[in-house]
Amino acid sequence: MSSLAEPVAKLVRELSKLPGIGPKSAQRLTYYLLRSPDEEAKTLAEAILALKEKISLCSICFNITDCDPCPICQDKKRDYSIICVVEKPSDIMPLERTGKYNGVYHVLHGTINPAEGRGPEELKIKELLSRLQNGAVKEVILATNPNIEGETTALYLQRLIVPLGIRVSRLARGLPFGAELEYADDMTLSQALEGRQVFQ
Amino acid sequence: MSSPRNYQTQAIILKQIKLGEFDKLLAIYTPEFGKLQALAKGACRPGSKLGGNVEPLTHSLLFLARGRKLDIITQSQTIDGFLGLKSDLWRLSYGFYILELIDLFTMENSVNRPLFDLLLETLHRLNEADNDQIILRYFEFNLLCHLGYRPQLKRCVICNSYLKPQANFFSCRQGGVLCPLCAQKETAAHPLSVDALKVLRLWESCDYTMAVRVKLKPELSWELRQVLQDYIKYHLQQEVKSMRWLEELKKLSLVDSNSSRH
Ligand SMILES: [Zn+2]
Ligand SMILES: [Zn+2]
Repeated sequence: MSSLAEPVAKLVRELSKLPGIGPKSAQRLTYYLLRSPDEEAKTLAEAILALKEKISLCSICFNITDCDPCPICQDKKRDYSIICVVEKPSDIMPLERTGKYNGVYHVLHGTINPAEGRGPEELKIKELLSRLQNGAVKEVILATNPNIEGETTALYLQRLIVPLGIRVSRLARGLPFGAELEYADDMTLSQALEGRQVFQ
Repeated sequence: MSSPRNYQTQAIILKQIKLGEFDKLLAIYTPEFGKLQALAKGACRPGSKLGGNVEPLTHSLLFLARGRKLDIITQSQTIDGFLGLKSDLWRLSYGFYILELIDLFTMENSVNRPLFDLLLETLHRLNEADNDQIILRYFEFNLLCHLGYRPQLKRCVICNSYLKPQANFFSCRQGGVLCPLCAQKETAAHPLSVDALKVLRLWESCDYTMAVRVKLKPELSWELRQVLQDYIKYHLQQEVKSMRWLEELKKLSLVDSNSSRH
């Protein structure tokens, strides 16, 4: 590493911290930027800075946003009586892309993980409960991931929300598209069976 | 015949750590090799063939390839996903606790077949039954026994006299029960009731089927929990993280009014 000029070595180090980027790709990107016009490198650097400076969390749903409340929470056409609870901001985009959901969201920013000592106080759960106080919410959809931490989080939320007299639902789960029965695990298969639908 | 570079084993998945975007590093507990680390490549990709087979709290059949540093899981099949356990907040949380104890108390590549059998049967029992407290206490007690910390329950650890049917004392440091006389000299000994001693003696020699038949009154269940968890903490010398979660659940009094969970 010492044979590289320090600014080059530094950028390689930083880039290789990014997901999906190994040391080789980091080097390629670094040399690409070195050769590219100053303006291009500057635009990239500014975009990265702006990401951190201008983006904050929506004070209602805790999605990432550049205005508060976020565009979804401000949208008068959305149904505020349904809240879909997700683990992280990036879970909202795929749900929005379906075009089938018109309610609002709540981002937990993580999952409960007893094995790592991560409890509910580290998530936006208090904030979710306070959104449910005014009686306007009729349904909460738990859209945590179908793995053990997502399951723990969903079961915990269910126990907190059901006593409030609010309907709690889960996303139907089952075989992912492109999956093969032979390789499906018990949990997936049994949920796929429970969630089966009349084929007409 | 499989080549020596590949092998198969049953395993209970203890723990997962996400590596990068799609891979998982697992701690697994096996009957033939004890605890192992294994890499589940691409397990977090949607539609991965490993998927739920390599989630913690699953009993699976795994096919592994020996790697230079880590063995890699090439195929997997669920033997039991313990779905009953995973659909109940309390039992799921107890499951985390059981897995964490096994993980904290064991070293890699140290074989302990009775411990594997105890773990597997405990998860089966917890998956089906409702007497969680007996299952947990029986597990804790036998875990300690299988790890070589079997407490002395017949005679006083210090003076070796037979214990009388009276309130005696338990000492973690001495590894067993003390008579009232000797307990006066041992500062860190806790009272142990006649019934609690009887139950521990029974558990020492009986199987699960027998153990769950003896119902425990809430106070007795609570006493046994104190004694066993103190003994666990004494030998572990570190925090059991999932215990904090169990406390959290208790605090919120999410307990069903008709169950005797503490
Ligand atoms: Zn918002
Ligand atoms: Zn004595």
